[in-house]
Amino acid sequence: MNALNLLFQFADNFAFVVLAAVGLAVIFGMMGVINLGHGEFIMIGAYGTTLSANAGAPLPVAMAIGVLVTAVMGLILERTIIHRLYDRLFDSMVATWALGLILTQGMRILFGNSIPQVSTPLGNIAYGEFSYSTYRVLLLPVALLVLGGLYVLFTRTEFGIRARATIQDPDTARALGVDTDRMYTATFVIGSALAGLTGALYAPTLTVVPGMGSSFLVEAFVAVVVGGPSVLLGTTLSGGLLGTIDAVFTNLFGTFYGQIAMLLTAIVVIRVLSDGLTGLVETVRNRVEGE
Amino acid sequence: MPPVLDCEGVSAAYDSTLVLRDVDLTVEDGEIVGVMGKNGAGKSTLMKTIIGLLEPASGVVRYEGTDLAGTTADERANAGIGYIPQGRDVFPDLTVEENLLVGEGVNRDRERDLYDAVYDYFPILDERRTQKAGTMSGGQQQMLAIGRALVGNPDLLLLDEHSEGVQPSIVEEISENLRELNAELGTTVLFVEQNLGAIQDMADRCYAMERGRIVDEVGPEELQDEDAIASYLAV
Repeated sequence: MNALNLLFQFADNFAFVVLAAVGLAVIFGMMGVINLGHGEFIMIGAYGTTLSANAGAPLPVAMAIGVLVTAVMGLILERTIIHRLYDRLFDSMVATWALGLILTQGMRILFGNSIPQVSTPLGNIAYGEFSYSTYRVLLLPVALLVLGGLYVLFTRTEFGIRARATIQDPDTARALGVDTDRMYTATFVIGSALAGLTGALYAPTLTVVPGMGSSFLVEAFVAVVVGGPSVLLGTTLSGGLLGTIDAVFTNLFGTFYGQIAMLLTAIVVIRVLSDGLTGLVETVRNRVEGE
Repeated sequence: MPPVLDCEGVSAAYDSTLVLRDVDLTVEDGEIVGVMGKNGAGKSTLMKTIIGLLEPASGVVRYEGTDLAGTTADERANAGIGYIPQGRDVFPDLTVEENLLVGEGVNRDRERDLYDAVYDYFPILDERRTQKAGTMSGGQQQMLAIGRALVGNPDLLLLDEHSEGVQPSIVEEISENLRELNAELGTTVLFVEQNLGAIQDMADRCYAMERGRIVDEVGPEELQDEDAIASYLAV
C-alpha cells in the first residue's frame, strides 16, 4: 500500500459518495421523500449527456443538456405524481421505485441495451507504476464545489432561507406568505438536477446502460443514512468516513471488501447513532455549549 | 370604506367536530379588537380560519371587502394580513434576521419594509440579529414572532395569545408596543386572549367567545370593569 495511492483512492471515493448522495439527500432532507428512483435519475442525466455528445455536442454542453433534461423530468414528475405523496412516506417509496423501473425499461426499449460511449477526456496523470485519470481526480474539486454551492444556496439566499423555514414549520411559513408548494417543487427540481449532474459527470467514466443507476444506489443510501438529518454536513461527513473506509479496504483486500466494509459501517452507525453523524455532532456541540 | 375584516356566519370544524359556530365579527380600520374566551373556546381556530390555515365549513370571511373563499394562507398573507401563531412558532434553526426575512412575504404591495420600526420597538431583536431563534427566551421569541409579522407593514395583524408562557412584565411591554404601533402606523389589530390584563391594556372593544360562539360584545367602559368580563375568562 502506498500513501499517495491511498490518497487518490480516497479522493475518488469521497467525490463518488458525495455526488451519488447529494441529490437524494436534498430531496430527503428538505421534503422527507425517499426517492427510490434516484439512481435512475442519475442514469437519465448520463443518457442525456452521452446521447448529446454522440450527436456532436461538445462535452461540457452535452453535460449541461444532461442536467437540464433530468431537471425538467423532475419538474414534470413532481407536478404530476410526487406532489400527491408528501407526508406519505411508504407510498412515495413505492411510487418512486416504480418510476425507477419504468425509466430503466423505457430507456431499454427506446435505445436498446447499449449505446456508443463517450471516452474519458483529459488523459492521465502517471507517476511511477501508478496512473490516474485526470478527469476523475478533478471530480473531487467538483464535488466540493457542489457542496459549497448548496451551502451558499441554502444559507445565504432568500430562496434558501424560505426553503429552510418551510421544512421547519410549513404552516407558519405559508401563513407568512411563503408559497410552500412552489418551495417543494423547486427543491425537488434542484434534487433532480443534482442527480442529473452526477450522471453527466460520470457518463464519460462509466458504461452508460439502462441499469447503471443501481451502481450509485448503495453509496447514495448508505451516505444519507450515515449522514443523518442535516443534509450538507451529513453528506460531507459520510463522504469523508465512507470514502476513507472504502479506500483502506479496497487497497488492502479489493473492491468487493470495500463495499462490504461500507455496508458494515452503515449497520454499525445505524445501531450506535440513530441520528447519524450529524446527530453525533449536534450532541457534542450541545455538550460543549452547555459547559 | 368596507371594514378591514368581516366574518359572517363562520363555522369551522376539525374532522367533523364543530369548533366555531356561526361567528359574526367585524374589525374596522385602525381598531384594536379583542376576542376573549377560555381555553378551548375556539379562539385559535378562529385565527386559523381567518388566515386560511383552516377552511371554514360555512360562512364568509371578507378582507377589505373581498371574499377570501378559495384563497390560500400564503395569498392572504401576500395581500396584507400578518399572522402571529399561538406558542410563537418562530423558526427555531433560523437566526433572528432570517426569521424576519421570511416575514417579508407579508403584504407584497407595501411601499416600504418596517425593519427600522421593528428594531425600534424591540431593540433586543437588533442585539440578537445573528442568534438562532430557538435559543431565545419565551418573551424574546414572542417579540420576534410579532416583528416577523410586522416587517412587511401589514394592514391587519392577527395575534394569537401573546401572553401565553411569557412573564407578566414582558406581556405588558409587548401590549404597550402594540398600542403604540397601532397609533403610529395605523395597523389594525385583531387579537385573541384569555389574560385579563392584556385584554384591558390593548382592546378598544372586545368580543366574548364561549364554546365556539360569540356570546357578547364589550365596549371600552365595560372592559375596565373586571367583574363584568371575568366570567368569560378562566377563573
